[in-house]
Amino acid sequence: MREAAVPLVLFAALAAAPFAGFGEGYMLTLLARAMILGMAAVSLALLVGGAGLVSLGHAATLGVGAYAVVVLDANGLTDATAVVPVAVAAAALFALATGAVSLRTSGVHFIMITLAFGQMAFFTASSLAAYGGDDGYTLYARTGLAGTRILEDRLAFHYACLGLLGLAYLFCRAALAARFGRVLRAARENALRVRAVGFDPYPYRLLACVIAGAIGGLSGVLLANAAEFVAPSYLSWQRSGELLFMVILGGLGSLHGAILGALAYVLLEEWLSHLTEHWRMIFGPLLVLSVLFFRGGLAGLLAPRRR
Amino acid sequence: MTARAPLLRIEGLSKRFGGLTVTDDVWLDVLPGEIHAVIGPNGAGKTTLINEVSGALAPDAGRVLFDGLDITRLSMPRRVRAGLARTFQVTCVLPGFSALENVALAAQARDGSSFRFLRPAAGEARLNAAAREALEAVGLAGRAAVPAGALAHGEKRQLELAIALATRPRLLLLDEPLAGAGPEETERLIALLDRLRADYAILLVEHDMRAVFALADRISVLVYGRVVATGAPPEIRANPEVRAAYLGEDEA
Amino acid sequence: MSWSLLLVQTLNGLQFGILLFLIAAGLTLVFGVMDFINLAHGVQYMLGAYFGASLAAATGSFWLGLLLALPAALAAGLLLEFLVFRHLYDRDHLAQVLATFGVILFVNQGVKLVWGAAPLHMPIPPLLEGGVEVMPGLQYPIYRLAILAAGLAAALLLWFLVDRTRAGMLVRAGATNPEMVSALGVDIRRLFMLVFGFGAMLAGFAGVMAAPILSVEPGMGDAPLILAFVVIVIGGIGSIRGAFVAALLVGLMDALGRAVVPDLMRLFLAPSSARQAGAAIASMLVYVLMAAVLAFRPAGLFPVRTG
Repeated sequence: MREAAVPLVLFAALAAAPFAGFGEGYMLTLLARAMILGMAAVSLALLVGGAGLVSLGHAATLGVGAYAVVVLDANGLTDATAVVPVAVAAAALFALATGAVSLRTSGVHFIMITLAFGQMAFFTASSLAAYGGDDGYTLYARTGLAGTRILEDRLAFHYACLGLLGLAYLFCRAALAARFGRVLRAARENALRVRAVGFDPYPYRLLACVIAGAIGGLSGVLLANAAEFVAPSYLSWQRSGELLFMVILGGLGSLHGAILGALAYVLLEEWLSHLTEHWRMIFGPLLVLSVLFFRGGLAGLLAPRRR
Repeated sequence: MTARAPLLRIEGLSKRFGGLTVTDDVWLDVLPGEIHAVIGPNGAGKTTLINEVSGALAPDAGRVLFDGLDITRLSMPRRVRAGLARTFQVTCVLPGFSALENVALAAQARDGSSFRFLRPAAGEARLNAAAREALEAVGLAGRAAVPAGALAHGEKRQLELAIALATRPRLLLLDEPLAGAGPEETERLIALLDRLRADYAILLVEHDMRAVFALADRISVLVYGRVVATGAPPEIRANPEVRAAYLGEDEA
Repeated sequence: MSWSLLLVQTLNGLQFGILLFLIAAGLTLVFGVMDFINLAHGVQYMLGAYFGASLAAATGSFWLGLLLALPAALAAGLLLEFLVFRHLYDRDHLAQVLATFGVILFVNQGVKLVWGAAPLHMPIPPLLEGGVEVMPGLQYPIYRLAILAAGLAAALLLWFLVDRTRAGMLVRAGATNPEMVSALGVDIRRLFMLVFGFGAMLAGFAGVMAAPILSVEPGMGDAPLILAFVVIVIGGIGSIRGAFVAALLVGLMDALGRAVVPDLMRLFLAPSSARQAGAAIASMLVYVLMAAVLAFRPAGLFPVRTG
């Protein structure tokens, strides 16, 4: 039960936030952004923490999801019942294709090839002249839901993000504990051992890429809706680096850590950028220090001490 | 010995690394219920041979037949699922997993699909029961909950065996199961291997001559990748070529 | 497209390739010898350009600027090594990626703070102004040819150092088998520092040389860094020869792609969108090349490590 305490408190706090002093539009916008990036970070944590696959191109799956919204919007399709399945399927397909190639390599080469695929997606997005090219694309309105415009309401959008984040988190958590995740975790520790008991890790890792891609795509849909704007910068390698940082900041050992990491990242960025225009001067060293000295991450800090 | 069809047949296996021939036209077989030991001086190519048979390494020439089927081109996981399990010379366990979960993973490989996403694997009674049984067989039942990384060296060797057993093999490829074990652990492991011979055919690579001569039904001697002699332990003991190869090694 | 444009683009590609090689050389050595993945290597290139531009302005001489910028770049590299990088050699690639990502954020912003966000300009020295006729009726800037020559000279020097000196032998041995080198009783830390400092200086040199033909601005190191990674992955990590071949390949592919692809696109698209799409697709080409190389030769064209 104690292991479930931190995520429970976290989700309860996010649910109560609008009525606990965070109900202003500005705060809700910030929280929505944190939850959306948190969802992407959870999916990346499945790859990095669960399967041991360090992807430096995960932002591309967000980008595919976000651009799916754009393409459908430009063609007059704006209802979630169409947008979400198409966007998620597109991102999953992207992850399947790039994962199939990337997984032929390992270690540093894997980091580099995911980076390369991320850059390919980035340049593809920049080349989409019909959808704004480098300048990005402003959505006419948020995605509708079954003919209604309910997501225009900030509070409804807050809970939509929270609900989907919860679902993504629960699914990844279950998958990691189940047979599928056991093979993934074992292959992370020692791939040879896994092969020697009769598993080929490849299909398991590929499916992990696809799941992470699908969830990344979903968060891309939400991100597009939160900003009502999509630009190639969503797919930049810096964004992938930020996502990785959220995962590490939260702690590799747990999925809810990724959400904590995203929250901390978004709030810290907001706070520092109010403090000074040169907030990256503070943020960069913070990142370095957290890597050097803060190995357990936020989740490790909050976890009950063992032994 | 009656004429039984061999479970494992190695036919003319060869492997070169650059200019070095590490496996040189090796012919060898293992009968059902037999312990066939492979001995030889360091660098004779024993581990390479195990790697080729288990599928970790592709041979340049020759075939490996398992139960009459050509498995030379099968991947390691496919060979394991066919019933060919191996242990490693350098201990190869999942240090972060408990002993039980190390073995349960192996049981999982022989228990239907692993593309299951919702039920916690740690709670699957059938897998845990199979894992406990294998731990019991190697005498490690009392250490089931301990992380494999925290086990003593000898216990890790036992755990390797339990993992191999849980894949429900018909043939065990054991690569120096006694390596690094203390005298007491060695006794325990020898007794354990002696018990296993009732249920499994074993291809045993081992340096400990006492264990080899106590356990093996047949012994093959590998020198520079070639089999220089195969026979029952007394024949091998008396073979002048073997004595030369080994005495040369001992004097060095 | 005309033959003269093709020739110009080939020369541009070679010149870009040689700059990439100067950046990639340090990266691949550091990577090969120390198994250290340094995203902040592009920062060295940027600092080189800034040091060169500001010192040339202060002294009124390009040559003095160049001469002083090199030790400055070396000092900056060694300072970063001392403060951050040496604490990361024992860590996993993920930690290295993140911490050096933090260094990028810091230095990019720091440069903005010191020199401002507006681009600096470094004048071409009078000696190298003007053009030469490379083909009847076709002028090509002398300075760009000088970059090519200087880069080749640096490559030669590097080849001499790595191939013909004791330190170079250790570096090569270290890239193939790091355990052996430390077993030889070599002070591996000092060797690391030497390699690191030299790599930083090469990248700084590339930065100074590029300063007169590019705009010197914050973040200018990011794009070449990613390309340098592509180069070392294509060439085979740790291989200087591989980096050289791959750098020229990537440089040529990039330059020729930019010239050819938009023309090709014009066959299918309207001129304006063809230009934008073509440019993006051209920048994608090198990543496609990398993905293809990795898919078929996961260790690169000139694999170094055998075990």
